[in-house]
Amino acid sequence: MRARLLDPGRWLGAHLGLVLLFLYLPIAVLIVLSFNESGLPTAWTGFSTRWYESVVVNEKILGAAAITIVIAAVSTLIATAIGTLLALGLERLTNNALLDGLVFVPGIIPDIVLAIALLSFYNLVFTGLLGLKLGLWSVIVAHVVFNITFVTAIVRTRLRHFDISIEEASLDLGANEVTTFRKITLPVILPGVIAAALVAFTLSVDEFVVAFFTAGTTITFPIQVYSMIRFGVTPEINAIATVVVVVSFVLVLASQRLNPEQV
Amino acid sequence: MEAHRELIRIEGVTKRFGHLVAVDTVSTTIRENEFFALLGPSGCGKTTLLRLLAGFEAPDAGRLLLDGRDLVGMRPYRRPLNMMFQSYALFPHMTVFDNIAYGLRQERTGRDEIERRVNEVLALVQLGGFGRRRPHQLSGGERQRVALARALVKRPQVLLLDEPLAALDRKLRVEMQLELKRLQHTVGITFLIVTHDQEEALVMADRVAVMDRGRILQVASPDELYEAPGSRFVASFIGESNIFAGRLRIAGDAVTLVGERGTWHVAPAAPGHAGLADGAAAAIVVRPERLRLAPAGARASLEDPGAGGGLVNRVDGVLSDVAYLGSTRKYVVELRDGTRALARVQVGQRGDDLAPGTPVGATWAVEHGVLIADETASPASPGA
Repeated sequence: MRARLLDPGRWLGAHLGLVLLFLYLPIAVLIVLSFNESGLPTAWTGFSTRWYESVVVNEKILGAAAITIVIAAVSTLIATAIGTLLALGLERLTNNALLDGLVFVPGIIPDIVLAIALLSFYNLVFTGLLGLKLGLWSVIVAHVVFNITFVTAIVRTRLRHFDISIEEASLDLGANEVTTFRKITLPVILPGVIAAALVAFTLSVDEFVVAFFTAGTTITFPIQVYSMIRFGVTPEINAIATVVVVVSFVLVLASQRLNPEQV
Repeated sequence: MEAHRELIRIEGVTKRFGHLVAVDTVSTTIRENEFFALLGPSGCGKTTLLRLLAGFEAPDAGRLLLDGRDLVGMRPYRRPLNMMFQSYALFPHMTVFDNIAYGLRQERTGRDEIERRVNEVLALVQLGGFGRRRPHQLSGGERQRVALARALVKRPQVLLLDEPLAALDRKLRVEMQLELKRLQHTVGITFLIVTHDQEEALVMADRVAVMDRGRILQVASPDELYEAPGSRFVASFIGESNIFAGRLRIAGDAVTLVGERGTWHVAPAAPGHAGLADGAAAAIVVRPERLRLAPAGARASLEDPGAGGGLVNRVDGVLSDVAYLGSTRKYVVELRDGTRALARVQVGQRGDDLAPGTPVGATWAVEHGVLIADETASPASPGA
């Protein structure tokens, strides 16, 4: 008995359990409440999917969700293309810590700083000089900015194990540079690129601060949720949040499967 | 195989990486259907020379001619040579079949012909039936064969092999040496191999270029390199050798080498003798199997070594180590000046009964000593 109490494996297991509980208990509560008939956090009155049904017919929510998916999809595509090329260039052609830092900073500075910076920049250049109104496009550009950072970092982990001689072998066997990129380089790093895209998509979908500042009158999904929540947490929001949790979880799992080395 | 037409001509090629001169005004020629080896220690520039030929690097000076056409400036995918990489560089996302077919597909070869030629080359490297596997499902030896097949399938004029056997274990490596040689005969393609392993070069190549610090020191057949090394570096790099250094003294017909350890006779016909003048820094190279050992008390056995009962050279020392090598035994003799000499004696033959600690005399027939210029000697005043 004593021996078992002293077994470090048991304590590590208990520790892990506590940490996971700490991380996931609030989310578990949210998920449970989203199925609560009464909708009140104070009393369980029975299982129901009525809040999900009411979300599905709420046009405001659906409209915001559609806008967010458009923003996420477009910004992910652009950021993945630019970020992948940037990763190739940084990994192959440079060895400069300062440059690496410059590329990574937009992803880790506080969102609020990035948001204010982008807003001032947009106001000065686009609305001020060109007379453009903020909207869908400005959120997309803003999301591209920080997503490039994450895409680059993830693709670089993949490139670090890339044997450059397979590109030389391709050239040697008669393929030119373009064919070599299409047939060799891209397919080999593709799992990393897709993983990066999934992360970028996830980040874009639930990004609030930057979107809030740069969206003009456009209402994204997180902004919609925020405006609903100002009048108290409605059971509908529990349902929406549950859907988002599940989708994010699936995307992250998929991304890790594709690129096991990423952190 | 005996066609001696010149295929590759390397003319004064230099390649620098920053301050490092990787290849230093190298010139040589490689003949058609030849198995040619570039041999040297790591960093000697042999791989760079190969990469210059493949087109992955551009020379800073000089010309690289293939069949009279200058390759410099030609993109790698336009050059009629293929390379087998040290890492094999197999495409991890393709099957064995697709790896090998890759080069043919770039030429827009027809589907049926691709099928036929890939299977043909798979059979050639004894990997029939492996077409649908992926590289990660293969052993190291199998991967090596796929890499070889992929480079051969386009029937290049020259096959470049960069340390092709380095990643294999010893047994497989020895097998593959003969296998590569057989294959070269079968396909009749010029093979240019880069290796740091002298055994590999000697076993496989028709001719070997020994490289050191960006330069080619000697180009010769394996026998010639072993029997008549042209420099001290080549003598010590190829096989084991005893090197006795000194200054050459030429007095009429009598040629001697005067060193700190003694004075030795030099055979009048010793290869390399012609190029050296009186007083030149030189060395005598004696291969271990040419050295005879006898207990110091005994008269140096004069009846055996010289073919015509000629002159014999002698050094004295104490036997310090004996190693059994199967058919021969290696004797290490500690010479009086603290240097060592190696002798290799057939097991059971005369001289093979000495125990460590015995004072011995080591002798060699004059004609078995190869005279070479000693490029490592300081240019001090002649006459030690």
